[in-house]
Amino acid sequence: MITSACVHRYGDNVDTDTILPGRYLTLRRPEDLAGHCMEGLDPDFVRRVKAGDIIVAGRNFGSGSSREHAPLAIRAAGISCVVATSFARIFYRNAINIGLPVFECPELVAAVRSGDRVDVDLVEGAFTLGATRFETPPLPAVIQSIVDAQGLVPFIAREFKRRAADGANR
Amino acid sequence: MGQTMTEKLYAAHTATGVAKAGDIVMVAPDVVLINDVSGTITIEQLECMQVPGPRYPERVVLVADHFSPAKDVISAESIRLLRRFGRQFGIEHYYDAGNGGIEHTLLPEIGMIGPGGIVFGADSHTCTAGAFNASGMGFGSTDLAAAMALGELWVKVPESMRVEIVGSPRPYVTGKDIILSLIAAIGSDGAANLSIEFGGPGLCHLNVDERMAVANMAVEAGAETCVFEADEQVHAFAAEHGWQQRSAVAPDPDASYRSTRVIDLNTLEPLVAVPPSPANGTVLSKLIGTKVDQVYIGNCSNGTITDLRQAASVLRGRKVSREVRVVIVPATNAIYRQAAAEGLLEVFAAAGAAVSLPTCGACFGGHMGVLAEGETAIATTNRNFKGRMGHRDSRVYLANAWVAATAALKGEIADPSMLAVI
Repeated sequence: MITSACVHRYGDNVDTDTILPGRYLTLRRPEDLAGHCMEGLDPDFVRRVKAGDIIVAGRNFGSGSSREHAPLAIRAAGISCVVATSFARIFYRNAINIGLPVFECPELVAAVRSGDRVDVDLVEGAFTLGATRFETPPLPAVIQSIVDAQGLVPFIAREFKRRAADGANR
Repeated sequence: MGQTMTEKLYAAHTATGVAKAGDIVMVAPDVVLINDVSGTITIEQLECMQVPGPRYPERVVLVADHFSPAKDVISAESIRLLRRFGRQFGIEHYYDAGNGGIEHTLLPEIGMIGPGGIVFGADSHTCTAGAFNASGMGFGSTDLAAAMALGELWVKVPESMRVEIVGSPRPYVTGKDIILSLIAAIGSDGAANLSIEFGGPGLCHLNVDERMAVANMAVEAGAETCVFEADEQVHAFAAEHGWQQRSAVAPDPDASYRSTRVIDLNTLEPLVAVPPSPANGTVLSKLIGTKVDQVYIGNCSNGTITDLRQAASVLRGRKVSREVRVVIVPATNAIYRQAAAEGLLEVFAAAGAAVSLPTCGACFGGHMGVLAEGETAIATTNRNFKGRMGHRDSRVYLANAWVAATAALKGEIADPSMLAVI
């Protein structure tokens, strides 16, 4: 549970070029990427953001380029989760794969503004704003299993070992 | 219930042979594609997965294209990592400056994609493969590491939107205008979670290059992938370039679609997408006189020989405006050579345009033509997001090669029909 997380509210169609501009794609260490997070849209973001804060945005968050540098930068900047009305497919998968929690919750998006304080339950995917609680539906099994494994790298490491053992036992 | 082309393609790449829209299935692609930007993370993640290496090295294609030729030491190190990875695992398909080009244009050229095929690429424009009656799907770096490790990856089979192309195009109307009109009609998430399937009697007017321009930007409407129906042009291209792995797919007459649209080429005009969204397609006539500082002709949507021929028709015997910088980027080495053989490079140089080596270059604000604060470009590229080609307060208009080349002569957006070059 994260109490009193500060909201950074953005609009629709936040693309990955504005989250992490292309000129920084030679970088890949999280600490290097963090310093440029949201630079194309909100150059002041990195000075305001505090560990545990959340990004809340409208439709089609993370559209455009498949660059995994975008969710890596958001996570490295200290953002605890991204809530949006909807996500672009590739960004959504990337975030789940690297362990950045992402939730679709149009009701919360409609209710909050920048600077609001929200309590966040990452396990349940639930948010509390003042007296109002917002919940999100359970994830599909395949996505939940990647989340439970704490990302796709440990998930595949385990899956590969399982397949190798199956093959050896056959 | 009949099947869409997308369902047939995905079914043919699963162990069970079954894939209905909405199913979550494990798909074994014919090709996994990474580049010098996405691929470095893929290689590191693959190592973290503690697997011996790619399950099928012969299906891996490595392309140095984004910061290629290397623009600085750090990008040189990324390209070196890609090359070393290829050597370590005996990967035959490694392409660098001088023998490759932009990955999505290169893939069909080297016979690695064609009718019935599936490519998973760590780049959003992998959907370009749809032009060839194939499916390309874009992913991030870690998903591609998983696809390499296991030889397969989970996907949700998308429902399809059917787009019927009818009529024949007027002069100066190209594949670029078809896709800009579609995105303007449905919006930048109008095809979210969908595959776009293109067919209809108007297809015969689009050569393979123009179909690539259409397929390339399917992702700008949020599409997961797209597939064109196959015809003689595509089969001939595939045969010429050595693709022989799979059989073409056709939609069943009773296939089920989320929605169906018709695009009538007879009524289509050249369109220009106003910044900052590819969904802002606007008829050219409304934008005449808009000043530009740079013209950029190239990238994975419109850096083909067809685009270069159109640009050369405009620039032949003329001079570009002193008010504008013109950068022309053949998408692959083979296109570069073809352009040289046809004398197009000389046309460009004589007109006062710079011709670059094949590279993703300035399209994504990387190098070779990045924009300064306040500068405006007109480009044949696929994205005009805020700051896409450089400074956050630079602007990009998207257009076809006829329109972009005409702007080069005037230093402002102008109508190519005034030149009467066709």
